[in-house]
Amino acid sequence: MAVPSIALNTRRHYLNVNYGVKSWLLTTDHKRIAVLYLISITMMFVIGGIAAALMRYELLTPAPDLVESDDYNKLFTVHGIVMIFFFLVPSIPAVLGNFLIPIMIGARDLAFPRLNLLSWYLYAIAAAMTMWVMLSGGIDTGWTFYTPYSSAASPTLVIPTAVGIFIAGFSSILTGINFIATIHRMRAPGMTWMRMPLFLWSLYATSIIMVLATPVLGITVLLLAAERIFRVGIFDPALGGDPILFQHFFWFYSHPAVYIMILPGMGVVSEIVAAFTRKRIFGYRFVAFSSIAIAVFGFLVWGHHMFVSGQSAHAALMFSILSYIVAIPSAIKVFNWTATLYKGSISLATPMLYALGFIGLFTIGGLTGLFLAALAVDVHVHDTYFVVAHFHYIMVGGTSLAYLGGIHYWWPKMTGRMYNETWARFAAITIFVGFNLTFFPQFIVGYLGMPRRYHYYAPEFQVLNVLSTAGATVMLVGYALPFLYLIPSLWNGKSAGPNPWGAAGLEWEVASPPPPENFAETPIVTVGAYNYGPVEEKIG
Amino acid sequence: MEADPHHNPALGHHFETLEQQHDTNILGMWLFLSTEIMLFGVLFTAYILFRVLYPEIFIASSHFQNATIGAINTAVLIGSSLSMALAVRSAQLANRRALLIFLAITAILGSVFLGVKGYEYYEHWHEGVVPGFQWTNTELEPRAQLFFFLYFVMTGIHAVHLIIGIGLVLSLAFRSRKGSRYLGESFLPIELMGLYWHFVDVVWVYLFPLLYLIGRH
Repeated sequence: MAVPSIALNTRRHYLNVNYGVKSWLLTTDHKRIAVLYLISITMMFVIGGIAAALMRYELLTPAPDLVESDDYNKLFTVHGIVMIFFFLVPSIPAVLGNFLIPIMIGARDLAFPRLNLLSWYLYAIAAAMTMWVMLSGGIDTGWTFYTPYSSAASPTLVIPTAVGIFIAGFSSILTGINFIATIHRMRAPGMTWMRMPLFLWSLYATSIIMVLATPVLGITVLLLAAERIFRVGIFDPALGGDPILFQHFFWFYSHPAVYIMILPGMGVVSEIVAAFTRKRIFGYRFVAFSSIAIAVFGFLVWGHHMFVSGQSAHAALMFSILSYIVAIPSAIKVFNWTATLYKGSISLATPMLYALGFIGLFTIGGLTGLFLAALAVDVHVHDTYFVVAHFHYIMVGGTSLAYLGGIHYWWPKMTGRMYNETWARFAAITIFVGFNLTFFPQFIVGYLGMPRRYHYYAPEFQVLNVLSTAGATVMLVGYALPFLYLIPSLWNGKSAGPNPWGAAGLEWEVASPPPPENFAETPIVTVGAYNYGPVEEKIG
Repeated sequence: MEADPHHNPALGHHFETLEQQHDTNILGMWLFLSTEIMLFGVLFTAYILFRVLYPEIFIASSHFQNATIGAINTAVLIGSSLSMALAVRSAQLANRRALLIFLAITAILGSVFLGVKGYEYYEHWHEGVVPGFQWTNTELEPRAQLFFFLYFVMTGIHAVHLIIGIGLVLSLAFRSRKGSRYLGESFLPIELMGLYWHFVDVVWVYLFPLLYLIGRH
C-alpha cells in the first residue's frame, strides 16, 4: 500500500509516516481513512458498473439474449443497491469529506477519529455481505424492497441484504455525527461560519440528513427481515398490516438520500467553479443556506414517489407542491454558479470540465424532476424509462461527475502528484458524451411508454435502446481511462507542490501530501473562503 | 486516542482544550441520541397508525399486560436514572468510592428491570400471545398479532439498548476501580454514559403508558 511518492523528498507526510498493513488498518488519521474509503468505494463502483453494462448489452434486442428474466431482476437490483448504498451515498462525504474537512477548517483531525475508522469497518462488512449475497444467489426485489413481494414472495436472499443495508446505514450515521460535531466545534480561530468553504456547508446539510433519515431506513429493513423470518408483521396485509406503510418509511429515508448524494456534489462544484474562475462564489450566503433549505425541505417530499400507490389525493397534492418548493434552492445554486462564471477568469482544466458538465446535466435532471412532481404527468411516466433517465441525470450526470471532478481537483493534494492533463480532459469529455448518449434516448423511450425493470420490450423501441447501449460503451471507456492515468501518476506524475491550481483555501496552504497532523500550529483565519484578489499571479 | 505527553492524558491529541473536547463529545452524543429518536420514531409511528385503525383490538390486547408489574418496573428504571445522575455527580466531585457504588446500583437496577421483563415475556409465552412463535390464544382475533408484534419489537429493542448500557456501565466501573480515572475534570465519559442511560429510560417512560395502560381510562 506504500505509495511510491516517498521518493519525492524526505519530508514527513501522512503516507510515509509509517508503513505496513497494520498502520493502515488501525489508523485513525482522517486522511488515511479517506484513502481506505477511496479504494473500497472504487471497487464497489466497478462491480455496480459491470451489472449496468450487462443490463445495457441485454437491452440491445427486444428479446432475452444474455440473461433470463430472473437474472435480469437480480442484475438491476444489485446495480441499484451497490451504486446507491455503497457508491453514491458514501462517495464524496467519505472520501473527499473525510480528507478535507479537518484541513479546510484548520483542525488536526475529525472530532471522533476512532468512530471514523469504525465507520469504514462497518462499510467494509456491509459491502462484504452484499458481495456474498450476490455470489450466493442474489436478490431480485429491486433496491426498493417493496412489500409484500420482498416480505412474503421473493425466493431470494432478502434477509442478509437487509442486514447489510442496516450495517451500511450505521456507517453513514457515524460519518454524519462526526462531520456535524467537527464543523461545530473544531474550527480554527477566525474560521467563522460565513468564512467556511461552501463544500463544508453542503456536507453539514448532508450530515443532518444522514443522522436523521438513515435510522428510519435501518429499522424499516430490520422490520422487513423480521416479517420475513417470523411470517408476521406490520407490512403484511393478510393480518391487517399495511404494505404502503413500508413505502412511506422507505421513502422517508430514500428521498432525502437523494440529497445525501447530490448535496456534496454541489459543494464540490462550488469549490471548483470558484478556483477556476478565480472569483468568490456569487451570492455566497444564498448558496450556503440553500444547502440547508434543501436538507430541510428534502424531508417533506417523500410522498412524490407514491402518487400511484394509493395515498390520499390531499397528501399527493401537498407532496407535489413541496416537491416544487425544493426545486427553488437547487435553482438558486445553478444561477449562482452561472453568475460566478460571468467576468470570471475561466480556465478549462479537467476539474472545471467536470463542474461545467455537472451544472448542465444537473439542470436537465432537476427540470425533468419537475415533470415527475406534477401529479398528472407522473401518472403517464411513472415507472417508465423517463424516471430512469431523470434520476441518472441527477446521480450519474450530477453526483458522479462532481465526484470525479473533486478527485481530479484534490488528487494533487492527496498524492502530491499531477496527472496527465490531456488524457484527463479527454476522459472527462468522453464520459460527458457517453453519458448523454446513454440517457437522453431513455427520456424519449420512457415518454413513449417503455416501462423500467423489464428486458422484453416492444420492437419499435429498439433504435433508442441501441443508441443507449452505444452510449454506455463510450461511457465505459471514459470511466476506464482515469485508472490508466491516475494510478501511473503515483509513480511518474510530476510533483504538485502545495498549490498547483493557485486556489484559495486552507487545504492549499499545507504541503502536498499533507503532514500527519495537518498543521504544525493551529492556523488563525483572517479571510473568508474564495479570497481571490483582482490580480492573481501566484500559480504554481 | 494517543495522549500528548505535554498535556493532560484525558485530552485527545486533536483537541486544544478540555472544554472543547467536552463540548464536542456532548454534542456528538446528542446527535447519536437524535438518531436513536428517529429509530424509535418509526416504531411509534407504526403504533399510532394501527392503534387508530384498530382501537378495540389494541385495548383488548393491552389487557394481557400486567400494569402493576409494569409500574414497578418503571419505578425501578427511574431509580436507576437517579443513581446514574448521582454517579455523574460523584465523578465531578472526584469521589471514587461513591462513583463505584452508584455505577453498581445503576447496573443492578438495570438488570432487575431486564429480569422482570423476562418474566413478563415468559408469561406471554404461556398465554400464547407471541406472534410467529406461540400464537395459541383463542380470545384474541388474528389481527391482535399486530399489537404483540409491535410490543415485542419495541420492548425488545429497548431491552437491547439496556443490555448495551449495563455493559458500558460495568466497563466504566471496572476501569475506574483504581486511580483517578474519570474523576474531577476528566468525568466526561461518565457524563456521556449518563446521557445514554437517561435516554433509554425516557423511551421506556413512553412505552409503558402506550403498551400497558390503553384500556385503563
